[in-house]
Amino acid sequence: MTIDPILLLEIVLTIIMIISAIIAVETKHLVAALAMLGLVSLQASVYFLILQAPDVAMTEASIGAGLSVGIFAYAFWKTGETEEKLENLEEMDKGVLIK
Amino acid sequence: MIIFWAYISAIGLISIGIYGLLMKRHAFKLIISLGLISTGVNLLLISIGYIIGGTAPIYPKNLNISAPMVDPLPQALVLTAIVIETAILAAALSLAILMHREYGTLDVRVIWRRLR
Amino acid sequence: MIIRRIFAALFAIFFFISAYVLIADIGFGNNKMDDLVGKYYIENTIKDTTALNVVSTVVVNYRGLDTLGEVTVLFVASVSVGVLMARFKGSKLWNVSTTPIHITAGRILFPLIWIFGAYIFVHRHLTPGGWFPGGAVIASGVLLLMLAFKDYLPSSKLITFSESISGSLYVLVGLIGLAIGGYFLYDFVYRTYGIGTIGTLISGGFIPIVYTIIGVKDGVELSGILHHLSRDDTE
Repeated sequence: MTIDPILLLEIVLTIIMIISAIIAVETKHLVAALAMLGLVSLQASVYFLILQAPDVAMTEASIGAGLSVGIFAYAFWKTGETEEKLENLEEMDKGVLIK
Repeated sequence: MIIFWAYISAIGLISIGIYGLLMKRHAFKLIISLGLISTGVNLLLISIGYIIGGTAPIYPKNLNISAPMVDPLPQALVLTAIVIETAILAAALSLAILMHREYGTLDVRVIWRRLR
Repeated sequence: MIIRRIFAALFAIFFFISAYVLIADIGFGNNKMDDLVGKYYIENTIKDTTALNVVSTVVVNYRGLDTLGEVTVLFVASVSVGVLMARFKGSKLWNVSTTPIHITAGRILFPLIWIFGAYIFVHRHLTPGGWFPGGAVIASGVLLLMLAFKDYLPSSKLITFSESISGSLYVLVGLIGLAIGGYFLYDFVYRTYGIGTIGTLISGGFIPIVYTIIGVKDGVELSGILHHLSRDDTE
């Protein structure tokens, strides 16, 4: 049975893209979410090449996986947050935590 | 129902981004979801203009084309869209940094309660 | 909390299914080029300008005003980052530990990176590329310098000066086209003077000129954004 290699590449790219997008939204470590965003951009860039669009592939690879991650890292450095620590809203309503 | 893998990945990215925008409270997570939605929309636009068996829209030097070319108009549109997405990301991150300086936290519901 | 999560997941799944059913009706990869505008662009690129890349002609010649709007949006975003970060006036940068590897690599790689970035946007009419990847590569060269040498900051006056000069040059090219041809951004290099042969560097009308101007402007602008974001918080 002959499998078309381009179709196999499309299936693998789709599965990895969906899994890394779910990890990027759900995880608590912000640096891991940023790495997953770069991974999604890289997969999309390869997908653009399969769909015969080389200009868009070059632009998306250099911006999404290069400069966007850099600007995000600057923002992480300035605020000092690397984990998603959220306040507990029920305790704040009852007046336990006075801010 | 036939499965087209390009459409599944594009619309899947958009719906995961929408889920992240609805559910999360941290400001940086919201900005990451915005980036996911943008990437999904660009993928959808280009996969509409694809022709099976087509080649890239660049002429070789001897001007002989062997196959029909794909549609060049969505590609010009997506180039503009990627540039504008980067501009939005930079401006939104500056706003988030300023918000952290003013209120001390990046939780949007806490800031909403404090504003009332 | 659980109710909200279930509603959000249901909404995302509903969106996915409905959008997929609606778009799968169009079909994937049908040859529908006979009644689309793209057919005119593909057939008439070599005749109108002598560029070989169809997408570059669409961006600069047939839809030139959209490129002007896009450059304006990028300019407004860069100005807004500068305004929002104006309260960080400190001159103390981050503490990176630089080793001799960084310094040597920074010295050798920086001109090569700039030559590569300039190659991307100068040869736009012959090979795939564009002005935005070229500008991003130039800005990443500046980022390499900022990481390697501790006290290096690109000077703010030079950035604002070259950015405004490039933006004005683009509008000036459009106005020259208006004076010669009759409408804004008229291709005066190819249409009136007929300069250029197909396939060489000097071809494609005024596409290389416009792309060089916008590429330089974009590289400088992104370096300016990085420069504003990297200052420390000592007021």
